[in-house]
Parts: sequence; structure tokens; C-alpha cells
Amino acid sequence: MINKVVAGADEAIHDLKDGQTLMLGGFGLCGIPENCINALVRKGIKDLTCISNNAGVDDFGIGLLLQSRQVKKMISSYVGENAEFERQLLSGELEVELIPQGTLATRCLAAGYGMPAIFTPAGVGTEVAEGKEVRNFNGKEYLMEYAFEADFAIVKAWKGDTAGNLIYKSTARNFNPVMATAGKITIAEVEELVEAGELDPDQIHTPGVYVHRIFQGVDYEKRIEQRTLRSKNP
Amino acid sequence: MLDKNGIAKRIAKELKDGFYVNLGIGIPTLVANYIPEGINVVLQSENGLLGMGPFPIEGQEDPDLINAGKQTITTLPGSSIFDSALSFGMIRSQKIDLTILGAMEVSEHGDIANWKIPGKMVKGMGGAMDLVASAKNIIVAMQHVNKAGESKLLPKCSLPLTGVNCIKKVVTELAVLDILPEGGFQLLERAPGVSVDYIKQATAGRLIAPEDTPEMKFD
Repeated sequence: MINKVVAGADEAIHDLKDGQTLMLGGFGLCGIPENCINALVRKGIKDLTCISNNAGVDDFGIGLLLQSRQVKKMISSYVGENAEFERQLLSGELEVELIPQGTLATRCLAAGYGMPAIFTPAGVGTEVAEGKEVRNFNGKEYLMEYAFEADFAIVKAWKGDTAGNLIYKSTARNFNPVMATAGKITIAEVEELVEAGELDPDQIHTPGVYVHRIFQGVDYEKRIEQRTLRSKNP
Repeated sequence: MLDKNGIAKRIAKELKDGFYVNLGIGIPTLVANYIPEGINVVLQSENGLLGMGPFPIEGQEDPDLINAGKQTITTLPGSSIFDSALSFGMIRSQKIDLTILGAMEVSEHGDIANWKIPGKMVKGMGGAMDLVASAKNIIVAMQHVNKAGESKLLPKCSLPLTGVNCIKKVVTELAVLDILPEGGFQLLERAPGVSVDYIKQATAGRLIAPEDTPEMKFD
């Protein structure tokens, strides 16, 4: 069995360089690779292009990388919850490319499935379509969107094994499985790392072939962005 | 005139038994509170959940279980969880029966603008462009006029578009309107106490407004 285990986040990202493109899993703050984000801040590499659905909040998630000015460009679908992001965008320090959420997910999927491009109706007739090839299939127009190319994909899973197989929990799954398939090098941090053979092969979400490095993360904060409750007495 | 809950309550009457429904943020979210008795619908949250349940009670919130508005939620018997690509796969392949979302502007040709105001901070389109480009049935829930008193039902949208020729029905605090295939707003129902003339004044796009348009009925 091939062993994918590394000691921790710092080792996992040791060869990540200035100017590279990375995918970061998560939706809002749910299912984000907290350990690797902290390690990226420690390493201090700069001019990163980050493909991630959101940009975190001011003091958590990708917001930490923005605070330390390590991000040159964000490719996201929704970036609303971050004042530092807004400041850098308006001052021209940060470049941002906003793309439809389904397009973002499917461009990751295309990369992991070995397909160079996809056709999607999202954005036809809008400014998202500017400069893009439009194709008509069965009377409906579709935009051609290219598969992402990312030097690294960094994802967070619930459980993983030494062979790199991953299982996600609840809606912390979100973009993680598609990004896991899409990196030239994929790094997975997991809450619980077990020996190969301990996970049921039928339950694996991401097969280990896609994962190059895996480690058990520590000190997960799992911050909640919008704590919404109903009262106990209906 | 309806309040936000009234708009949500009226839209809830459009739900049919067995529908899979995607609810946007804002007024559309409130629709979940008014699902008529005997109607079973499954709510989709595009971050990867079918069968969205109510908010949790205190102590049972789970940071790994949120909706597309990043709110803590619960699952229900029969719920399923999947990744973001599959989530938009089921949207694109029209497995979702109804999409309800908010808007800044809607045109008489069914164009919608709801993601960007030039010159102001742009937060992004999220899943809205995917939803409006693919959904077979979209209802817009919004205010008839903006805060400056200008109509949001227009001959042509002035803001950057989210989607083209895709909206079929609009429910506002004043009225229920269909958008006709040939263009134009067809007034179907008036909100309680609102006159046809009042709706005409609040609608900038082409409006077909029969004088005998009925008032909305709520059970």
C-alpha cells in the first residue's frame, strides 16, 4: 500500500511557492482546511491565486491570508462577508474574478475528470459571457468554460486513511470532493486519520488516487458564521 | 399591501405536492414557514443538501451542517448530502421543480438583475446565475418599487443581468404577475386593498391589467 501520510500542515505545503494557484475547499467557513491555511500564513508565501467559493471572514479562513497580503487574485462566486477583502479590492491590491457557483464547481470537476472544458448555460447573456465561446445545443445557448488548472488543491475531510481515501461529513463536503480531484498535488487534512483497511471501501467519497498528501489536523475551531436557532417550545 | 411574510405566504400557494424547491436568501427563505398542509416538498440547499430541515434548537447546532445562507440547519428523514458539482448538476438537469429568488430588477421579457450594482461593492452571484439559467420554473419574490420609489418591473433591466428571458412569475407586496412569452407583465391578482390603478403606477414595464383583476385569497 502506498503511504500518503505527512507529519502535518507545514510539511504538506513545504514546496508551495510564490505565485502558484491553489484550490481551497469549503463553503463559507464550513469544511475549510484550517490547518493548511494557518500553515500558509506561517510560511508567508505571496502572490497566490486562490480558487475558493468564498473568501472567509476578516479573522478566519482565507481572510487570514488576505490580512497578511498573500493573495494576488481570488476566483470565487461570493465574497460578501469580509471587510478587509473589500478594502483590498477597492484599493486595487487584490484582483477578483467572480464566477457562477455551479461553474466553479464544474470547472473543478472537469479537471478531475480529465475534460478540458464544459458547456454551461450559467451566465449566457450576462457580463460573465464576455469573451467566451457560445455554443448552441438543441436550441439553447451554452458558454464554454475551461477546466481549472491548479498547482495544489487543499481540502478538508472528516476521516481519511493512510492510502489517501477520504470521507466527508455533512455539508462540510461541499467543494472538497471536486477540488480533491483537481489539483496537480492534492493535500487532505482530516479530523481522524486511520490505517488503510479501517474505512469501508463502499463509503469512500474521494479515492486515494487523487490524494498525494494526508495528515490528521489539530485544534479545529469550526467557527459558525450564522448561528441560527429555533426556540425549544414551538 | 403585503409585508414580506405575506409575499412568502402567497408564493407558498404555488408549491405543489412532490416538488423539489430551491429557496434563495431573503423573502424566499420565509416561504418554508408557509408550506400548505398536505403538501410535501423537499427543499434543496445548493451547498449540497436535499431535505433541509428547520433551524436547530440551542445546543444542537452543528458547524458542519449549514445552508447556502451559511445558517445552521438540520436534516430531515430522507435527507441526502452531496458535493457542490452534483448540487448544480441536479439544478442544470432540471431535477429541481421550482426556484424562488429575490431580485433588484425584472424586465417585461423575463430578464433578471440581482447580483451587482456598478460602483458599489460587488459580492458575487453565488449560485443565482446557474439557477436562473437552468430552472424550468422560477418565481421572483421582491418589492414592487425600490427605496427611491422607482419601479423594479421594467421594460428593460438597467443593472447588470443575472439571466435572460428566464423569469415566469413575480410576486410583490402589490400583485401577482406572469411574464408573457411575447413580453409584458400580465396582472393576475391584486394584494388586499391595492387597486389596479395603483399597480399600474408602480409598474414601469408593459402591463396588461384587467380592471376586474381579483384580490389574492389567503386561507
